[in-house]
Amino acid sequence: MLSRRNPQLNAHGELIHLLSIEGLPRAVVTQILDTAGSFLSVNERDVKKVPLLRGKSVFNLFFENSTRTRTTFEIAAKRLSADVINLDIARSSTAKGESLLDTVANLSAMHADMFVVRHSESGAPYLIAQHCAPHVHVVNAGDGRHAHPTQGLLDMYTIRHFKRDFTQLSVAVVGDIVHSRVARSDIHALGILGVPDIRAVGPKTLVPGDLREMGVRVCHDMAEGIRGADVIIMLRLQNERMSGAMLPSAGEFFKSYGLTPEKLALAKPDAIVMHPGPINRGVEIDSVVADGPQSVILPQVTFGIAVRMAVMSTIAGNAA
Amino acid sequence: MKIAIRNGRVVDPASGRDEVTDIAIAADRIVAIGALSPDFQAERTLDAAGLVVAPGLVDLAARLREPGQEHEGMLESELQAAAAGGVTSLVCLPDTDPVLDEPGLVEMLKFRARKLSRCRLFPLGALTRSLKGEALTEMAELTEAGCVGFSQVDVPVADTLVLMRALQYASTYGYSVWLRPQDAWLGKGVAASGAVATRLGLSGVPVAAETIALHTLFELVRITRARVHLCRLSSAAGVELLRAAKAEGLPVTADVSINSLHLTDVDIGYFNADMRLTPPLRQGPDRDALRRGLADGTIDALVSDHNPVAEDMKNLPFGEAEPGATGLELLLSLALRWGEDHRLPLAQTLSRVTSEPVRVLGDALGSLASSAGRLVEGGVADICIFDPQAQWSVQPHELCSQGKHTPFGFEATGMALPGRVRTTLVAGTVAYERR
Repeated sequence: MLSRRNPQLNAHGELIHLLSIEGLPRAVVTQILDTAGSFLSVNERDVKKVPLLRGKSVFNLFFENSTRTRTTFEIAAKRLSADVINLDIARSSTAKGESLLDTVANLSAMHADMFVVRHSESGAPYLIAQHCAPHVHVVNAGDGRHAHPTQGLLDMYTIRHFKRDFTQLSVAVVGDIVHSRVARSDIHALGILGVPDIRAVGPKTLVPGDLREMGVRVCHDMAEGIRGADVIIMLRLQNERMSGAMLPSAGEFFKSYGLTPEKLALAKPDAIVMHPGPINRGVEIDSVVADGPQSVILPQVTFGIAVRMAVMSTIAGNAA
Repeated sequence: MKIAIRNGRVVDPASGRDEVTDIAIAADRIVAIGALSPDFQAERTLDAAGLVVAPGLVDLAARLREPGQEHEGMLESELQAAAAGGVTSLVCLPDTDPVLDEPGLVEMLKFRARKLSRCRLFPLGALTRSLKGEALTEMAELTEAGCVGFSQVDVPVADTLVLMRALQYASTYGYSVWLRPQDAWLGKGVAASGAVATRLGLSGVPVAAETIALHTLFELVRITRARVHLCRLSSAAGVELLRAAKAEGLPVTADVSINSLHLTDVDIGYFNADMRLTPPLRQGPDRDALRRGLADGTIDALVSDHNPVAEDMKNLPFGEAEPGATGLELLLSLALRWGEDHRLPLAQTLSRVTSEPVRVLGDALGSLASSAGRLVEGGVADICIFDPQAQWSVQPHELCSQGKHTPFGFEATGMALPGRVRTTLVAGTVAYERR
C-alpha cells in the first residue's frame, strides 16, 4: 500500500490543518510554542487584539458539547480579530438527520475560512479536512479518543515554561488513558520533543499494554508510576467510567490512583502537577494538590489561549 | 447454442488437468474436452489462445443487497459484477431487509436471479428468525425453497442454548450452518485490537472475540455433530484452532475474505473508511497465517465478501461508516496475486475459488454438486476465460457493482492486479464479454 502524505501538511511540510500531533516535525511543534510565547504578551495588554485574522471567519463546529474548549477557541480567534460563529451542532442539524459532510458543505458555502471541530468519533476532523474547500483550514478540538492536539501543545508549552529542557524529563500521565484523546496527544508531543521517560499509569482496564507501542512505560502501580517524576499529568475520569466494568467506584479509584499530597511526595520535590480540566476533586486529584503550590492547572488555561492563537495564525498563513 | 473454445490453456483444479486444448459446448453442457471432432459444428468459436479456460468461480459470500437495500446494490448490477468477475455461482447472505427467513422471499430472489441469467444464486437462509438469535427458522421449508445452508451473518447468537439447539436441529436434516466466529460482546469494536487501534483511538476487537467463539462452536460441534462452515476467519490463533479441529475430524470447513488475505490494520492509514471491514483487518502475522492456511488447505475457500456500500454510508467518520467493500470483480485477481506470492501452481490457486468452495457446499448443490466448479464432459458449462498476463489497475468508478468502495483502488494502493476476465459462460450462455 502507498503511504499517503500526512494530510495536515502541505507539499512543503507546512502545517495547513492541525488534526493530530502524531507525525509533526519537531520544528513545527517548537515553532508553534515560540509563536504562542509572543502572543502571551498580547493577552496581558489593555487592547488584547492583533489583526492577523482580520476579515476571516472561524466556525466553531462542536458536534459534542464543550463550553470550555469552545470558549477558549472563541477568545483566541477574537484576539486574532477573526469573526467567530459558534455552532452547537449536537443540538441542531445532525439531530435532524443531516450528514456531517452536508453540514460542512453548507457552512463552506457561507465562506468559512477555518473550522474548529469537536466530534465524538475518532477521525472525524480528517474526513472534514479531506472534503472541504482547499482554502479552508481545520483545527481538531478533540475527536473521540483519538486526539486533542491543541491541549497537547498547551501542555507542552506549560512544561517548557516551568522545566525548560524536555530531554531530561520524566513525565507521568495518570488515569483513564485508553479513552483519553488528551493522553494520546501528550504522549505523541512528549516523544517528538525528546522526553526520554514517559509513563502511563492506571489500572489495566484504563491503561492497556498496547500503549507500549506508543513509546511509553506502562505502570499499574501508582507509586512506581510517579516516583521521581518531574511532571505529573492527571486525566479527568469521565462520570460514565466511575462505576461499571471499567472501575468499581470513584472512591476505589481515588484510593489507588488519586493524587494526594502523600503520593505527590514520591515525585521530584519540584515536580509540577497538570490537569486538562475540568477537575473532579476527590476522584483523580485531592483538592490540597489541585490548589497547592505545585499545581500549574490555572497557568495551563492561560497558556491555552496563546497556544490556540498560535495554531490558528500558523495554519491560516500556510496555503494548501 | 453450440460454442467451441479453441486453443485455451484448460485448467481444471479438481482433476489436475492443465493443458492447451479445446472445449465443445452444446446447450448448457460441456460435451467434449480435447481436440474437437470435425462433426462439431460450432455456431460460435471463442479463440482462447494465450488465455486460461477455467471453471467459473464459486463465491461463498456476496451480499447483493436485495431485497430492501437497493440504494446500496441491486440484483442486476451485482450479478453483472459477478459475471464480470468470472463468478458463475455465488452464495448470498440473508441479512437483507426483510431478512431471508421466509421461503417466499427465497423463492422470489431465486426467480429474479434466474431471469437475469448472469450467475447462479444460492441463498443462505437465516438460522434464526430476523437473525435475532431467539427462535429457529423453518429450515426444511427454506431448504425446499432453495437455501443451501443457514447463517447468522454478522449477528452472533449470544444465547448458547439457542445456538446448541440450532445446531442440533440443523444436523437432524444434515443442513450446514454457516457462522462467523465472533463473541457477541468482545466483537463490538470497529478495528482490530492492537497498536493501530490504540494509536488512532478506535475501539478494538481482540483476537479472543474469534477464539472464544471458535472454542464454543467446536465444543457444540462435538456434541451435536452439526456440519459447520466458519466464515471469514481473521486471526492466526483462529487458523491454529481450526487446524486442530480438522485434525480431530470435526465436520468443519472455513473461508477467508480477499480483504483479510491481503490487508492489515496498518492500511487504515488516516482513518480510511474503505478499510472499515467486518471482520476488522488484523496484523501482519495474522494475515500471513491466513495466507498459509489457505495454501495448505486448512482454510478451504477464498471469498469476495462482496458488500456494496453506498457513498453516503462510507463518507462518515471511520467508526460510523458502514463496514464492507465491493469484491466480486476482484476475487479472481486477488486469488491470482496470492497464488503468485506463494508460488502455487495455477490449478491449486484456482481450486480455492472453484472446486473447494463446491466441496464446502456439498450435497446442498443437488445435481450441480458433481460438476459446478469443475470442467468435466457432461457437466454444466460454467466457464471463466481469463487473460493471465493482463495487469489492470482498479478504477472503482469503472466497476459494474453499484458499490464503488474497495480498498484495492489503484489510487490508494498504486498496485496493479494480475488477471483479467475476458468471457464468462453460465450454463453454456455468454453472461459476460470484455470488449
